[in-house]
Amino acid sequence: MNINATLLGQTIMFVVFVWFCMRIVWPPIMQILTARRQSIADGLAAGERGKHELELASKRGAERLHEAKEKASDIIAQAEKRAAQIVEEAKGNAKVEGDRLLAGAKAEIEQEVHRAKEGLRQQVADLAVAGAEKILRREIDAKAHAELLASIKQEL
Amino acid sequence: MSGETLTSSEYIKHHLQNLTYGQLPDGSWGVAHSAEQAKEMGFWAINLDTLAISFVLGTLFLFIFARAAKKAAAGVPTGVQNFVEWIVEFVDTSVRGSFTARNDMVAPLALTIFAWILLMNLMDLLPIDYLPFIAHAAGVPFLKVVPTTDPNATFGMSIGVFILVVYYSIKMKGLGGFVGELTLQPFGKFGLPANLFLEGVNLIAKPISLALRLFGNMYAGEMIFILIALMGASWVSASFGSTLLFGSQILLSLGWAIFHILIVTLQAFIFMTLTIVYLDMAHQEHH
Repeated sequence: MNINATLLGQTIMFVVFVWFCMRIVWPPIMQILTARRQSIADGLAAGERGKHELELASKRGAERLHEAKEKASDIIAQAEKRAAQIVEEAKGNAKVEGDRLLAGAKAEIEQEVHRAKEGLRQQVADLAVAGAEKILRREIDAKAHAELLASIKQEL
Repeated sequence: MSGETLTSSEYIKHHLQNLTYGQLPDGSWGVAHSAEQAKEMGFWAINLDTLAISFVLGTLFLFIFARAAKKAAAGVPTGVQNFVEWIVEFVDTSVRGSFTARNDMVAPLALTIFAWILLMNLMDLLPIDYLPFIAHAAGVPFLKVVPTTDPNATFGMSIGVFILVVYYSIKMKGLGGFVGELTLQPFGKFGLPANLFLEGVNLIAKPISLALRLFGNMYAGEMIFILIALMGASWVSASFGSTLLFGSQILLSLGWAIFHILIVTLQAFIFMTLTIVYLDMAHQEHH
């Protein structure tokens, strides 16, 4: 328990240990701790950024969805309108066409009637002429009374 | 405990004696075989046990930490690296908290002090007779296991710290500044002798208090371990009394060891913190 040269030995050992610790041990460990602190901070920042971006993206997504829905309902409304219009148009066209066809048919019928009338008239006239011819064979000259026959035909 | 029967006081003395190497009374060099012989060796003798154990522990500390530092990577730390980083971070925080100037030496110094003292103090928790018994069996007469119960070890460190304090005081304030601090405070230049006395005591008290605090605590703790161990040594027969003593030795040494863990860590921490504070004061213009 007496003070002796151990004191010097301990002091020298102490100095050597401190020197060694300062040169070999401390700097790399501190460097690692700093690096890790940095990487953790970076990681946290990146996480925060990612979260923020996710928020933005989901907001954007919701907006898009809303827009799309609006557009879709617009398109549907337009389509309905267009369909109604087309139906309307088709109806109008059909009516016009029908009318036209009807008019055509009427005209044709009229023409037909006219033609039949013409035919009948001709035949009646012919018959009348034939009858009259038969009756008046002797005294009536067809050529002389053609004018008279035509006027009768006209009246029929 | 050491083969032949010992009285209690011999047992205590045996435990408190370092293995001292020096010049024997007959003029030859060798290991002292009694406390008187060790005393007669004077200053030029060395305590082999203190030197060897503290060297082994210091090397162990540096080996573990240097290995961790070498293998370390900034990824996820595991095992030893985690532990090492925890201690380094703890020391670094302490230094940042109490040391205001910039000096790259202080933190490694604090780490070395803390770890080395902690390891040396922890030797106290080894069962008190194991190593001396083995040493005795190997023919070594004395072995004091805890280096910090040898004032040489504690003073060795505190003198190292003291040299640094003086060195940095002179480096930071210049020789004039340092002398001025010693002589011109607190009473101005007309109270020079009183100033010198007060500041001198103040300065010298630093290493002495550092060393004696650690030494005193560890010495007292070791002493109590020895006394507790003596209780079991009074085992003579399977009587009720000696069974009781033996049982209480186990309980008491367990309790004291658990309590001692606190003291061991606390003393290492105090030595480190005071070193940081003293060095901080050495770096300050006024204190």
